Amino acid sequence: MPSLPDMTTPKVETLGGGTGVEQDPHVSDAALRAPFFDWLCRMGDNTLILSHRLSEWCGHGPALEEDIALANTALDLIGHTQMWLALAGEVEGQGRSADDLAYLRDVMTFRNVQLLELPNGDMARTTMRQFLFDAFHAALLEKLSGSTSLRVAGIAAKALKEVTYHLERSSDLVVRLGDGTEDSHARMQTTLDAFWPYTGEMFLGDDVDAAMAEAGIAPPPQDLRPEWDRVIREVLDEATLAIPERRADVHKGGKTGRHTEHLGYILAEMQFLQRAYPGASW
Amino acid sequence: MTSPTTEEVWDWLSEVPDPEIPVISVTELGIVREVRREGDTLVVAVTPTYSGCPATAVIDLEIEAKLREKGVTDLRLERRLSPPWTTDWIASEARDKLRRYGIAPPVEGTASGGLMAARAARLAGSSNLSVACPRCGSARTEKVSQYGSTPCKAAYRCTDCLEPFDYFKCI
Repeated sequence: MPSLPDMTTPKVETLGGGTGVEQDPHVSDAALRAPFFDWLCRMGDNTLILSHRLSEWCGHGPALEEDIALANTALDLIGHTQMWLALAGEVEGQGRSADDLAYLRDVMTFRNVQLLELPNGDMARTTMRQFLFDAFHAALLEKLSGSTSLRVAGIAAKALKEVTYHLERSSDLVVRLGDGTEDSHARMQTTLDAFWPYTGEMFLGDDVDAAMAEAGIAPPPQDLRPEWDRVIREVLDEATLAIPERRADVHKGGKTGRHTEHLGYILAEMQFLQRAYPGASW
Repeated sequence: MTSPTTEEVWDWLSEVPDPEIPVISVTELGIVREVRREGDTLVVAVTPTYSGCPATAVIDLEIEAKLREKGVTDLRLERRLSPPWTTDWIASEARDKLRRYGIAPPVEGTASGGLMAARAARLAGSSNLSVACPRCGSARTEKVSQYGSTPCKAAYRCTDCLEPFDYFKCI
């Protein structure tokens, strides 16, 4: 009797859509392999690290509804991670699964932006970080839905539906806390000022981004800035928060593996089980 | 045994309940996308509702169990991502079943695109959409949280009968 694929970690070749999926020549293009793999790790690591941060709130949320919402958002993001990293493993062609990439890589090979690895702090920090990323994430996925890579477009179209909800929720919370009490307003403004120098990294392009843009797989990151600016302005305005007058591209390097000291601690916790008990499964 | 027709397989699958919302079947939920034969192998394509929905694995197991019980031995389940699942695929009979079960079915215009449109309308001062209470039918309800007991639901409350209820979000 033929056995079914492992239910919880679907086979990478069927993840993109099984036989219903159209052929995607980008996936096996040797010339694109290195930058495409790196770019897919950026996508998957962003969602993985933010998801892990959000999951730290599970059981500790300030209200039951928030606790549930944070855990649900983390769940969506871990779903996206599985799709992006599975595709990354397939493109790389070394037989690494999404789990291998998530649990067995070291800090220097993680490609998430630094903003997402910052500690949760209070709800002002957790909410503001989410909002600043959601606005970028939604704009990016919208463009990726029209990617020349049909596999990328498929994942993006699926993820966009969920991320639209993330942005809706974080926007509402930013308004509620920004235009809330004196204390909540002050905390939100302080956090916004502190995070602003991290936001520029999302829009910095490099050789990897250039190769993706050239192949029509992903837009140059700087092209997402106008839409991000528009959403940020609209929501912060309603939240009575002032856009900081300081440089946005100060803390950067996560996309090429230079991280804050916080990422190591995340990995120590997240990867412990697989490192201590290799191959352990659910 | 003789090979079942794809129609028979669809019928069998309509007996597989959704693990989170057992009053509707996986076919009514619209997540079974295709049943076909590849030689002697029966292939069933299933799409996830939400990317990280933990029920996905259970659904696959239940589909497998049902088909094995019906005597299918050569079987493959396929995970299909495109086009992404939408609440528009929920069968209309299933919407009534959801309501009777206490879950408000998806309201049109709240799908992701429409959500931001609703937000824009709210910023512009016009009214938000209304989700009818599945218990008393009142339209005077309020959202308690964007997320409810599962990723696909939001938490609402009826301001007339005071019933808290789940609303099946549109995506």
